[in-house]
Amino acid sequence: MSLNIWERLFGKSEKSAKMVAKDRLRLVLMHDRADIPAPMMEEMRREILLVLSKYVDIDEKALDVSLERADGAVALIASIPIRRVHLEPSGAPTP
Amino acid sequence: MSKAGRVIVVTSGKGGVGKTTTAANIGVALAALGEKVALIDADIGLRNLDLALGLENRIVYDIVDVVEGRAKLRQALIKDKRNPNLVLLPAAQTRDKSAVNSRQMQQVVADLLAEEFTYILIDCPAGIEQGFKNATAGATEAIVVANPEMASVRDADRIIGLLEAQELCNPMLIVNRLRMRMVKNQEMLSVEDVQEVLGNSVKLLGIVPDDEAIITSTNRGEPAAMDDGNLAGQAYRNIARRLRGEEVPFLNLEEKNGFFDRLKRRFQRN
Repeated sequence: MSLNIWERLFGKSEKSAKMVAKDRLRLVLMHDRADIPAPMMEEMRREILLVLSKYVDIDEKALDVSLERADGAVALIASIPIRRVHLEPSGAPTP
Repeated sequence: MSKAGRVIVVTSGKGGVGKTTTAANIGVALAALGEKVALIDADIGLRNLDLALGLENRIVYDIVDVVEGRAKLRQALIKDKRNPNLVLLPAAQTRDKSAVNSRQMQQVVADLLAEEFTYILIDCPAGIEQGFKNATAGATEAIVVANPEMASVRDADRIIGLLEAQELCNPMLIVNRLRMRMVKNQEMLSVEDVQEVLGNSVKLLGIVPDDEAIITSTNRGEPAAMDDGNLAGQAYRNIARRLRGEEVPFLNLEEKNGFFDRLKRRFQRN
């Protein structure tokens, strides 16, 4: 309890237990819902990236591919920040 | 003239989250509102709903006796001692989950509907195997009970998917055993967190605080919803009213237990 007062006065430096739980849950549910094994997901992510980078320059670090369930269906949601568009498709490396 | 009764399965995936307690309390609360309620214990081999209701000494026949023709449905139904609107169809204790198949469960439900029960609540066994499939077979609506805790939410998500596969879409969610103080301190998932993670396909039906009264009332065989003096019982009575279509605001569970609250109370007392 004394720790609680301390935390309340000075604020927590660490991520709260609830936030950690929520983040972990989100990740685990993503895989549960799709029934796609993690290595396959990673492979898919890599290949999507490969194809897209033919046309656009992608911020790879900010790329976020996830699976969400809505109205009984699973949807692939990808957030892909684009740095710039290639004017001509560059010779893509074949996967 | 009778309107068709509702058949609702209470499920969770994970065991120990409070399915049976929830089924018992909602049943009691609905009966107190004048509904004619039948509770089916579908957890065959692990009979527990009788204990929650304090009816364990009255069991003569069970659901397996009914489906195997050793007893008539009416003979197996146990009337609640306190409210004649409520009956229990107990599970068999000595058999296993295969003793009642999906078709037989549907028949039991149909027979209960013919007896003009307005609510039939099915207490589903934990797990996702045949027992779950049999228990859900007769239902047209589902309540998912989850604790604000990772394993429970994960299993609830899985169950929601399986319910959809059984055409029980948009289940109702009860978040059970919420500890307000921990939520306030960012130590426990909040109701909003649980909803957010599970997505829009579930509709929040109720929030039940973690309450010691549940343990004492279960020990006495008197569901908490019978007693006006505890918060969990109030939460269950509200759930029953919401089920009947009433708009009931969610309980204010702000626990006055922080350091300053206690300090304040101490000063107020003196």
